[in-house]
Amino acid sequence: MAQYDYIEIKIPAKAQYVGVARLMISGIASRLGFTYDDIEDLKIASSEAITNAVQHAYGADDEGEIVVGCALYEDRLEIMIADHGASFDFEETKKHIGPYSDASEARFLREGGLGLYLMETLMDEVKFHHEEGVTVFMTKYLGGERGEEDVKRSANS
Amino acid sequence: MNLQVELLEENSVQYYKVVGEIDAFTAPVLKERLAAVENIQELKAELDLSEVDYMDSTGLGVFVGFYKTVTSNGGHVKITGLNKRLHRLFEITGLSEIIDIEKKESEDNNGTI
Repeated sequence: MAQYDYIEIKIPAKAQYVGVARLMISGIASRLGFTYDDIEDLKIASSEAITNAVQHAYGADDEGEIVVGCALYEDRLEIMIADHGASFDFEETKKHIGPYSDASEARFLREGGLGLYLMETLMDEVKFHHEEGVTVFMTKYLGGERGEEDVKRSANS
Repeated sequence: MNLQVELLEENSVQYYKVVGEIDAFTAPVLKERLAAVENIQELKAELDLSEVDYMDSTGLGVFVGFYKTVTSNGGHVKITGLNKRLHRLFEITGLSEIIDIEKKESEDNNGTI
């Protein structure tokens, strides 16, 4: 198993903290050596996922929490965003993340709209896990050696 | 993290200068400011985003809503001062095909390097 450093932040599920988590992502991406454009992509993609969690995970009066976990590898950054507030065992949760399936993610597609589209366009890989809330798992490779973005873009157009 | 929306009316054009970050927290502020004028018949609105450092789909959502309402009232919306990043957001979402947008002048030059 590849070695990685792990950083996690837990924020109240309130809109004013989306920017706080975004700053953390920005700092981590910068530490890993992502380009300016890639850092901006990561900021937007993770903000979209966190915004979704803030807006849909809890009722207006609930005091929920969102966990944002980042695994820093030499060649990539993996970000996991969970709307059910409990810290996760990164490896264990990752095992249960399935491929993106339209049927189980109807809620995201319907309400996430543009946000979901941006996540998929700006990241190399986006997966969802629907159990005790929603967990979003996103990966971006350093140097964009995957070259998947262009493939996705043409697939969507 | 802050957002300022300044209104300067010039020759019947409602010119808004938006400064700061547009995200889930600040988008409602922007939406509220724009809602004050969106029902004016044949409104001419210009939104200057040259000093917006960050924007995601929450901002795009506000602009799409504003565009729809203004257009249905016979008006016109123009979004100006887009830096490379913001312009790309409008491009990849296809909104650049629908809404009248304009890049920052300096960005045009940078783009050709």
